[in-house]
Amino acid sequence: MKTKSLLEKKRERTGLLFVMPSMIIFTVFVFVPLIISFVFSLLKFDMMFNHIEFQKLDNYKKLLGDGRFWNALWNTVYFTLFSVPLLIGLALIVAVMIKKKGWFSGFCKSVYFIPAICSMTIVSILWSFLVNPDIGVFSYWLSLLGVKPINVLNSPKWAMPTVILVGVWKNFGFNMVILLAGLNGIDESYYEAAEMDGAKGLQKFLKITVPMLMPTLSFTIVNSIIGSFQVFDQVYVMTKGGPLFKTQTLVQLIYSTAFDSFNMGYASTIAVALFLITFLVSTFTFKKMTRGEEDLG
Amino acid sequence: MKINTEYAGKYVWKVIRIVALGFLAFIVLYPFLWMLVTSFKAEADIVSFPPKLFSGRFGLDSYISIWDRIPFLKYYKNTIIFATSVTLVSLLFDTMSGYAFARMNFPGKNVMFLLVMGTMMIPFQVIMVPLFVEIYKFGLINTYVGMLLPRATNAFGIFMMRSFFVSLPKGLEEAGRIDGAGEFRIFGKIMVPLCKPAIVSLFIFHFMYQWNDLLYPLLMTTDERRKTLPAGLATFMGTHVVEYGVIMAGACLSLLPILIAYLVAQKQFVQGIAMTGMKG
Repeated sequence: MKTKSLLEKKRERTGLLFVMPSMIIFTVFVFVPLIISFVFSLLKFDMMFNHIEFQKLDNYKKLLGDGRFWNALWNTVYFTLFSVPLLIGLALIVAVMIKKKGWFSGFCKSVYFIPAICSMTIVSILWSFLVNPDIGVFSYWLSLLGVKPINVLNSPKWAMPTVILVGVWKNFGFNMVILLAGLNGIDESYYEAAEMDGAKGLQKFLKITVPMLMPTLSFTIVNSIIGSFQVFDQVYVMTKGGPLFKTQTLVQLIYSTAFDSFNMGYASTIAVALFLITFLVSTFTFKKMTRGEEDLG
Repeated sequence: MKINTEYAGKYVWKVIRIVALGFLAFIVLYPFLWMLVTSFKAEADIVSFPPKLFSGRFGLDSYISIWDRIPFLKYYKNTIIFATSVTLVSLLFDTMSGYAFARMNFPGKNVMFLLVMGTMMIPFQVIMVPLFVEIYKFGLINTYVGMLLPRATNAFGIFMMRSFFVSLPKGLEEAGRIDGAGEFRIFGKIMVPLCKPAIVSLFIFHFMYQWNDLLYPLLMTTDERRKTLPAGLATFMGTHVVEYGVIMAGACLSLLPILIAYLVAQKQFVQGIAMTGMKG
C-alpha cells in the first residue's frame, strides 16, 4: 500500500483550512442552536435563567391544547393557501406575457422587479399608509366605487387578505424573473412543432409551457410555501398579529412568546413544531411535484 | 374571412396584453410615487381629505426633521456597517469553502458538504431563540460582531461558488503549480479572478438581503441606537403617532442605495436572482 505523499498531505491540510471558518460558524450558530432548540422545548425558564425547570413533554402537551397555537397555525395555513396560488399564478401569467423581447417587455420586467428588491418593512409601511381609511388613496378610490372606507388592518375579516395582497404585490416580480429564466430555456422548436399540428395559444400553454416549466415551477412553489410558513415582517409592521390575533402567524407567535412574554422554553416548543411542519409540507409538495414530472415523461 | 378573424384575434390579444401589463406597471409604480411625493409634503397637507397626490406646498421639512425625530443617522450607519461587514466576510468564507469543496481533497469532505447543504433546510426562525440566548451569553447583544458572526458564512453562497469552481477547466491548478505557486496563491491569483461574475451576483444577493432584513437585526439589538433601518423604522411605526411625512422620507432614504444599485447593475441583480432560482 502506498502512503500518501508529503505534498498530498499538505494539500489536504490546506483544504481543511479553507473550509474551517465556515464549518466552525455553522457548528456554533446553526447546529448547536438546533440541538439547544430541542432541549429548550423540554424546559421552562426565563431570560435570566433564574428558574430552570425540566418539563418533560409538558410543553408539547400544552402546545396541543393551546388555542393560540392552533389559531396561529390556521392563520399561517390560510396565508399560504391564498398567497402561494395568487403569487405563482400572477408571476406565471406575467412571465408568459413578457417573454417576447422588446422595449415594452424590458420596461415592464424592470418595473415589476422593483418591489422585490425593497425591504418588506418599507413595503408594509407604505401600504399601511395607502390603505389608511382617513388619508390613504386606495381606500379613497374604494369609497368612490361605493365601498365605505373601513380600517382594513383593524378588521378581523379584512386584515389577513390585505396582508396577503401586499405580499403578492411585493413578491410576484421575484418569482416572475425565475419563471422567465425557465421559459427562455424551453426550445422554440416544441412550439413550432405544435403549431404545425394546429395547436392554439391556450393549448400550447397547457401542453408545452407548463410541463416543460415544471422543474422551475416546482422550485418557485416549494420556495413560496416555505417562505409563507415563515411570514413575519408584514405582520409585525402592519398588524402586530391583531386584530383579535387574526393575523398572528407561527413565527410572530414564537417571537412574542420569547421576547414579549419571555417564555423561551415554550417558544422553542413552537419553533420545533414549525420545523417539523415546514419539513413535512415542503417534502410532501416536492414529492407531488416531481411525481407529476415523471408522469409526463 | 377566416384570415380576417384570425388577424383581428391577434390584434385584440396584443391590445389586451399591453393594457394588462401597463395596468400592472401602474399598480407597482404608483405607491412609490405616493411615497416620494408624500415625503416632500407638509404633515397638514398629508392628512387632508380627499387625498390628492399633488396638493399644498412642497418642501424638505420631513427630510430635515427625521434626523431629530428618530436616531436615523445611527440606523443608517448601523445598516451600512452590518450589511457591508456580513457581505465581505461571508463572500470570503463562501468562496474559500466553495473552492475547497469543488477542487480539493480532504478527509470528511462529503460529510461536511452534506452538513452545509443541510443547513439550508433549517429555517432561521426555528433556531432564533437559542441563537439569541447564545449571543446574549457571549455578551455580544447590541454589538456589530454579534450581528456579524452568525451570518459570516452562508450555505447557498458556498453552494453557488462550488458550482462555479467545478465548471472551471481541469488542470488550472497544475499550471500554477508548475510555475511554483502555493495553494493560497493559486486560489487568490488564478481562481478568484476567474469567478468575478459569480462573486458580483453573490455580493448583491448578500448585501440586499442584509440591508432589507428585519427579524434578525431586531433580535440581535435591544438598544434603540443599535438598530438597523428596517428594525428602527418598524419600531417607529409601532410606538409613535405616525407622522407619515417623516416616515416616508425615512423610507425613501433607506431605499435609495438599493434602488441606485439596481439602476446601475440591473442585469446583475436579475441574473443573481435567476441564479438563486436555478438551485432547485
